[in-house]
This record gives sequence, C-alpha cells and structure tokens, in this order.
Amino acid sequence: MGEHILSWMTFFPLIGAAVIACLPSGRKQVIRTVAAVAAAVPLLLSVQLFMNFDRASGALQFVEHYTWIKSFNIEYFMAVDGLSMPMMMLTALLSFLCIFASWGIEKSLKGYFAMFLLLETGMFGVFCALDFFLFYVFWEVMLLPMYFLIGIWGGPRREYAAIKFFLYTLAGSVLMLLAMIAFYLNVADPVTGGHTFNMVHMFDQNNHSAWLQTTNIRHMLWLALFIGFAIKVPVFPFHTWLPDAHVEAPTAVSVILAGVLLKMGTYGILRISYPMLPDQAMWFRYALATLGAINILYGAYCAMAQKDMKKLVAYSSVSHMGYVLLGMAAMNSAGINGAVLQMFNHGTITAMMFLCVGVVYDRAHTREINAFGGLGMQMPRYFSFFSFALFAALGLPGLSGFVSEAMIFIGAFPAFRTITIISALGIIIGAAYVLWMLQRVFLGPKNDKWDNLPDINAREMFTLVPIGILVLLLGVFPMPVLDLMKVTLNNLIKVVAG
Amino acid sequence: MELLHVKIPSWSDLQYWLPEAVLCVTFLLGLLGDIMSRGRRPVVAFAISVVGLLAAGALAIADINAVAPAGGRAIMGDLMVVDGMAIFFRLLFIFAGLATVLFAWTSEEIMGRRRENKGEFFVLTTLMTVAMMVMAEARDMLMLYLSMEGVGLTSYVMAGYMRTSLRSTEASIKYVIFGSVSSAIMLYGLSLLYGMTGSLQFSGIRDVLLGGGAEPFGLLVAVVLILAGMSYKIAAVPFHFWCPDVYEGAPTPVAALFSVGPKAAGFALMIRFFYSTFAAGTNIAASDALIKTINWPLLVSVISAVTMTYGNLVALRQTNVKRMLAYSSIAHVGYLLMGFVLLSEMGLASILFYLLVYTLMNLGAFFFVVAVNNHLKSEQLEDYKGLGYRMPWAGVMMVVFLGSLTGVPPFAGFVGKLYLFMAVMDRQWFWLVIIAGLNSVISLYYYFRVAKVMWLSRPDEGHDSPLRLTWLQYTVLACLAVPTLALGLYFGAFKDLADAGIRTMAGG
Repeated sequence: MGEHILSWMTFFPLIGAAVIACLPSGRKQVIRTVAAVAAAVPLLLSVQLFMNFDRASGALQFVEHYTWIKSFNIEYFMAVDGLSMPMMMLTALLSFLCIFASWGIEKSLKGYFAMFLLLETGMFGVFCALDFFLFYVFWEVMLLPMYFLIGIWGGPRREYAAIKFFLYTLAGSVLMLLAMIAFYLNVADPVTGGHTFNMVHMFDQNNHSAWLQTTNIRHMLWLALFIGFAIKVPVFPFHTWLPDAHVEAPTAVSVILAGVLLKMGTYGILRISYPMLPDQAMWFRYALATLGAINILYGAYCAMAQKDMKKLVAYSSVSHMGYVLLGMAAMNSAGINGAVLQMFNHGTITAMMFLCVGVVYDRAHTREINAFGGLGMQMPRYFSFFSFALFAALGLPGLSGFVSEAMIFIGAFPAFRTITIISALGIIIGAAYVLWMLQRVFLGPKNDKWDNLPDINAREMFTLVPIGILVLLLGVFPMPVLDLMKVTLNNLIKVVAG
Repeated sequence: MELLHVKIPSWSDLQYWLPEAVLCVTFLLGLLGDIMSRGRRPVVAFAISVVGLLAAGALAIADINAVAPAGGRAIMGDLMVVDGMAIFFRLLFIFAGLATVLFAWTSEEIMGRRRENKGEFFVLTTLMTVAMMVMAEARDMLMLYLSMEGVGLTSYVMAGYMRTSLRSTEASIKYVIFGSVSSAIMLYGLSLLYGMTGSLQFSGIRDVLLGGGAEPFGLLVAVVLILAGMSYKIAAVPFHFWCPDVYEGAPTPVAALFSVGPKAAGFALMIRFFYSTFAAGTNIAASDALIKTINWPLLVSVISAVTMTYGNLVALRQTNVKRMLAYSSIAHVGYLLMGFVLLSEMGLASILFYLLVYTLMNLGAFFFVVAVNNHLKSEQLEDYKGLGYRMPWAGVMMVVFLGSLTGVPPFAGFVGKLYLFMAVMDRQWFWLVIIAGLNSVISLYYYFRVAKVMWLSRPDEGHDSPLRLTWLQYTVLACLAVPTLALGLYFGAFKDLADAGIRTMAGG
C-alpha cells in the first residue's frame, strides 16, 4: 500500500461499497461491519500519511501520475500537499465516525452504506486529484450518492431538499465545467505543446495562451469558477440549499455535508482559482472579504432566528464559512493559514454539533428548541458534550475554533480594517445564538414530557470523544495541523500576492 | 450530363459491402421463414434476424481496419462510399438493431399474448438497419433520397405495428404525412441544388460551389429546404411535431429504435452531405467563404439552441415517461447539433461520439420502460412509485441511464457533452455552450423526477410485490448499462474511433 497510498485511501471505500452491494440485505450486522472496515482502512492510511508527510517541503507528495486517456491528454494524477493534507485527515476521521453514527439506521441499510462509502471515495478523490478532469469527475461523483442519501433516508421534506441540493450544485458544476474546458483549450503542455488537464501546468502562467491572458476573459473565468465553488461553500446568496439539505438529511449525512463537503468550495478556490488566476484573486479580494462578512453576519442572524436546532447549526455553518472566506481574502500568512485551519476546525466542531443534535432527535423525535428545557438535569453527560461543542463553536479560548478565528482576524485586520471590524460583530451574535439555545434547551424548568429520555450511550460517546479530544488539543496546541500546511500556503501567498 | 455515363456497379464491389449484403439476405430469408412457418412461429424469423445481425456485426468489426483506405472507397457505381464514418455507423446501427430485436422479443406490446404473426417485426427491423446503413454511405443525391425513403417506409410500418391499437395507427398515419411533406420539401431543395450545379454527386456539387458557381440566394434557399427535410428526420425544432406523438403511439421497442436509429442516420447523412459539399477539400478559404455566404454557423446554432431548450422545457411537464423520453430525445438533438455549427473535424467527431453514447443510454432508458410496461401495463410516472424496490437491479441500471442522459460524471453522457462543448468552445461560441449548460441543469430535474419516484418513495401497500425480468432483459440492459458507465471512465478507444471516422471520411 505504501506506493499507492492515495489510491488505496480513495478507492478502498469503493471496494467496500461493491462488497456491500453483493451482500444479502438481511445480514445487517455483516453490512455494518464491512462498512466500518471499509472506512477504518483509509483512517489508518491517513495516520500513515500524517506520519510520513514531509512538513518542510511545499512540493506535491505521494505522487501517482499515469496517463489515463491519451487522446484528451487526461492523466490519473493524485498527490497531496499542505493544503489537501488537513482535508484528507478530516475526511478520513469524520467518515469513519459517521459509520458509527449511522449504526441505528434500519431502512435499506445496504443501500445506505453503499452510498455512504461511494461518497467517501468522491471526497478523498477531490482532495487529492491534480488533474482537472479527474477532480471534476470526483466532484460530481459525490452528487448522486448525496442525492439519494438525503432523498431516501432524510426527513419529511427530503425529496424537495435532495433535488434542490442537486440542482444548485449541478448549476455550479456546469460553470466550473465551462471554465475547465476554457483552460484545457488554452493551456499548453510545456513538453508536448498540446492541450492539457494537468493542474500543475495550468498554474504556470507561462503556459497560458494569449487569449487566456486577456483581462476580460480572466474576469469571466474567475467568476465562473468562483460561482461554482461558492455554491458549495455556500456563499451568500447561493446558500439557500444548505438549510434545507441539512434539516432533511440524516445525522451522519449532515455531518459529512457540513464537515467535509462545504470545505470543498473553499478548497477549490484555494487549489484552483487562486493559483490559476492569481491576478484575479487580487482583483476580487475586496469582494471576497465583503462576501465573507455578509456570510458571517447574515448566517449568524439567521441562526438566531431559528426554532429548529439543526437549522440553527446549519446557519452557523454559513457564518463560520464566512470566516474562511475572510481569511482567504486577506492574502497573508496569518489569514490563509487561519482560513485552512478554520476549515479543519469547523469540520470537527460542526460535526460534534450535528452529532449532538442527532442524539436528542433520535430520542425525542423533535428538534424544536422550545419543546425542550431543563435537559441538563435529565441528560447530564449529553449536556456536557453539547455545551463543549457549542462553546467551541462560539470561539471560546482554549478550544480549537478560537485559534483559527483569531488567526483570521489577525490576518484580515491589516488588509481590510472596516470589513474586519464589522465581521467581528459576528462573534458576539455567534455567542448570542449559541448561549440562547443552550439556555432554552438545557437550563430552566424541565419539560415533563422528557422524563424518560435516556442519557447519551456508549456508541454515541464513541463518535463524539475523538473529535472532542481533537478540538481541545488543537485549541491548546494547533501546531500539528499548522505544521502540515504552512509551507504550502506560504508558497501560495507568494504566487498570488507576489 | 453525368446521367449519360452512369457507372455500372461491379460485382466485385460487394466485397466491401458484405454486412449490408448479409442483412439483405437475412431480410429475405426471414421473410421466407416467417411465411413457411405460416406466422405461427415468430421464433424462426427472430432467430434468422439475430443470426444475420450477429454475422453482419462480425463482418463489420472485421472490416474496421480492412476496408478503410485513405479517403474511402466508392462503390456501386459511385453511389455509395465505404470509409471510416460508414464503418462507424455500420457498427452503431447493427448494435441498435440487434438490441431492439432482442428486447422486442420480450416485449408483450410487440409479441402480444398469442405470439402469432409477429415474425415480420424482426424482419422489418433488419431491413431498417440496412436502410440506415445505406444512409450513412450515400454520396449521391439520388442515393440520399432513396435511402431516406427506405428508412421512412419501414418506420411507418413499424410505428403502426400494433394493428388493433388506435394510438399506434394514429402514430403511423402522422408519421406518413409528416414524412412525405418533409421529403417533398427536401426533394425540392435537392432539385434546386442539382439545377444550380448540374451534379448529383456530392463531390461534383462541391467542385461547382467552391468554384463560386452558385448564386448565393438560390444556394441559401436550397440549403434551408434540404436542412428542413433533414431536420424532420432528426426531429429538430421546428420539425419535431411528429416526434412525441409517434414515440408515444408506437410500441415502445419501436420508439426506442426510432429515437436512436433514424436520428443517427439522419446525422450521418447531414454530416456527409454538408461536410462534403461545403467544407471538405483543400481550398479552405473558399469553403470558409461559402459557409459564410449562407451564414451556416448562426443558422445551425439557433436551431440547436431552440431545439434543446424547447425539448427540455416541454419534457419538464410530462407525466408519461415515454413521452418525456421523446421530448428528451429532441433536447439531445439540440446538443448534437452543437457539433455541427462549425463543420469542423472536432465538432463532427464529437457528434459521432455522442451518438454512440446516446444510443447506449437512450436505448437503455426506453428498454427499461418496455420491461416495466410488461408488468404494469402503464407508462405513467405515478405508477412507477417505489419501482426501485420492486426491481432493484433494473432500477439501478435505470439510474445509470438517467444520470448519463443528464450528463453527470462518471457516466458516458458526461464525456459526450464534454466533447461537444469543447468543439464549440474551441471556436469560442460561448453563448451556445452556456445555453447548453443551463439546459443540462434543467434536464436534471425531469430525469431525476423518474429516479425520485422510483427510489425516494416506497411502493404502495398491495403494489409492492417484486417484479421479475427475464434473463434476456437483464442481459440486454446490462450490455447497455455497463458500457454507459465504462465509457464514462475509459473512452479513449472509442473517441479515437469517432475521430478516425471523421478523418478518413471521403470528401464526397
């Protein structure tokens, strides 16, 4: 496995999905076990990746580079660098834990786990593909399983939410596709001179044709790519699919959606838009920072108005992704490192929050905030986990969210003073909605209806504890993740900001 | 005049025309066999057709490298040509014909309860396959017209195959009327062109046109008339009106064949005719000027944009799956026409590749409807509720076809669209690509409405018994679904085949 570690990580879940598809649907325990193994192997491999990754080098590592389709010059080109490493780790961890968060699913178990593992393959693929075509295929491969995961195993309005998610994302992908073709036709392979999908060639501005160096064309391409990625993040005003998808999706799918899929948008901007069109990144950065501020404030205000816990968490994701955008726009070391760290931290924190919401929903079959009250006495252990997650979300010092948000603000302040000051209000509103929800659900008089709610069980704790440890650890000592990415990201800043 | 010295076909030409010859013999043998068994044993005609198609397929495959000399080989008194493109379409048509014959055997619509007098269906399919192959080989306006009428006549009969069904008969009559009117229009255009150039051969026409021998307005009229006739064949807006009614009325296996066979043949004919007469040849400047005289790119791109948008928008509102697929096939004609805008080699090759992909996925979707119809006797979308849970494997394959029709990776439909988009963007026709992109998003909604009804809702109580397909149905569906997936992931060889088809296309 050593040589093709990225391929193994990417395709092992797919093998698992194929095995599950062939098992009889009655053997539920076997199916669950196969799914757990299929997700555990990539997790172990990701540990190996973590150990062997050369942190001092900004180069691509664990490279696998083969010709795939010769006549289009498409390559099977997989590699990781400091930008993709944290995302790979996050994906491996969350996918593995989500298998256990899905343990209780009864309906069409076989289909569920097959789809879930297929989704995992797509996620890994996106984070290590360095051929634009390959990237696009992985990016789109996730749509089908996601559609069915929301649509079959979701809540009451699942059909609407599933197709809305699909339509929005596909609309964005089509724009990305057009930009991809434009690049393909206008970037010359330095060796052969032919068209190429190789991203590394696309990064090198010397390979761009004269047409591709026209300012208007570059504006258009930037916007096409940006909208494609913005829908995934989601950036206001493209965010409306997100609350619907989250509310209807089953818990584990929400975790993956918020924890990994949203990051693909910002990952795409950093991986593709920034190095391919660095001048446009500079041109757009005020707009990007403004959009980030809107996301932060608008998401936080919307979260405050929500009556449904899951919708609240969904809007908090919109707000937290705004910080990522703000940090990315800053174009300096603190800002961009903070942004990528925030991508990782938001993945873990929001996963905890969704898992916690799932716990109470499984028991009470409602997520109405006002239906609860005084749950703190009824479910003390659950109370401590949920409040831990919520405090992390509001950026309590000592927990990981604080570190990344602080870095983002440190980076953004010198770049955009006013926008940053306005954005900082988001922290206060964030504290408001988080604490207000905490108060309404866990404190105050107990609602007698919930006298029989059992506290959190061992399986649920198993999904929460590893993430909790990570959140605490990175809050005190963020270097393990920062070390991974710093060289790569500083190189990126050099490319973009000169 | 050339008519005075028509070349006499030589018997030796037959060696390059073996697949077609085999199918002609198959047709006659099948007919004979059906009569001998007095219509009581359709299996005789079925077996003969299957064997004949397989043999023709084998010969066509063996010919891939053997008979494609540079520039192709004109045969049958220069009326037809066998070149890379002809070979490509041969394979496509034989595959479509074979799949239709096999699946029709399991269709209750075609075979009825008593399975009597059904043999002729298979024989007709064979005949239609030959006629389509000739359409792709014609290099002379006479042959062009004859082959189109040959396909037309067999289609009319097949559309009305369910003699006792009012819908089917109506479909057939509509087809005849539309067909003859548009043939007449096209014939008028052809005769104008003949009058202007004095030649029936595509190459002869080209030489006169490139020499500047045609009056621009007259040429425009002739081209528009010919394009109208061909648009009818491929069902492009505004000549599409027959298409949904005929597909809905005709037996579903026939509709399946109609949606791919005659359409692909129409495209083959268009490619050869317009490419040979306008674009082929060494005098690029003259041909560019010629294309500009008639404003070809704008003409075709408008037809393309309108066709895909219309097909998709109307498909959104359909409740009958078969009718929805009919409109979707109109939309796909719109996509295909994108490759035709520039008459560039890349564009034409992308049409060929897309036709291959389209044949696989569209036949698959239609055959799924056939299989369902056998059990439910319905094509209404609401009856498909929870179908995925009643026939899981077939349901999964249907999702593959639907995903591919939408153009989502990793399915072949995506690669087809990618190639078409590339061909257009290569010459920077952005507005057309953007419209096509938006159309793909619209199409997602109605394709996945089928997937939604099948998988996202559970079957109703009492209607949840598992539905069984025959092994033949599974085999044919798998033979369509597996390549639909595989071609999305590894398409190099077939892309090369399509490219070679265009590259070695004889210049007339």
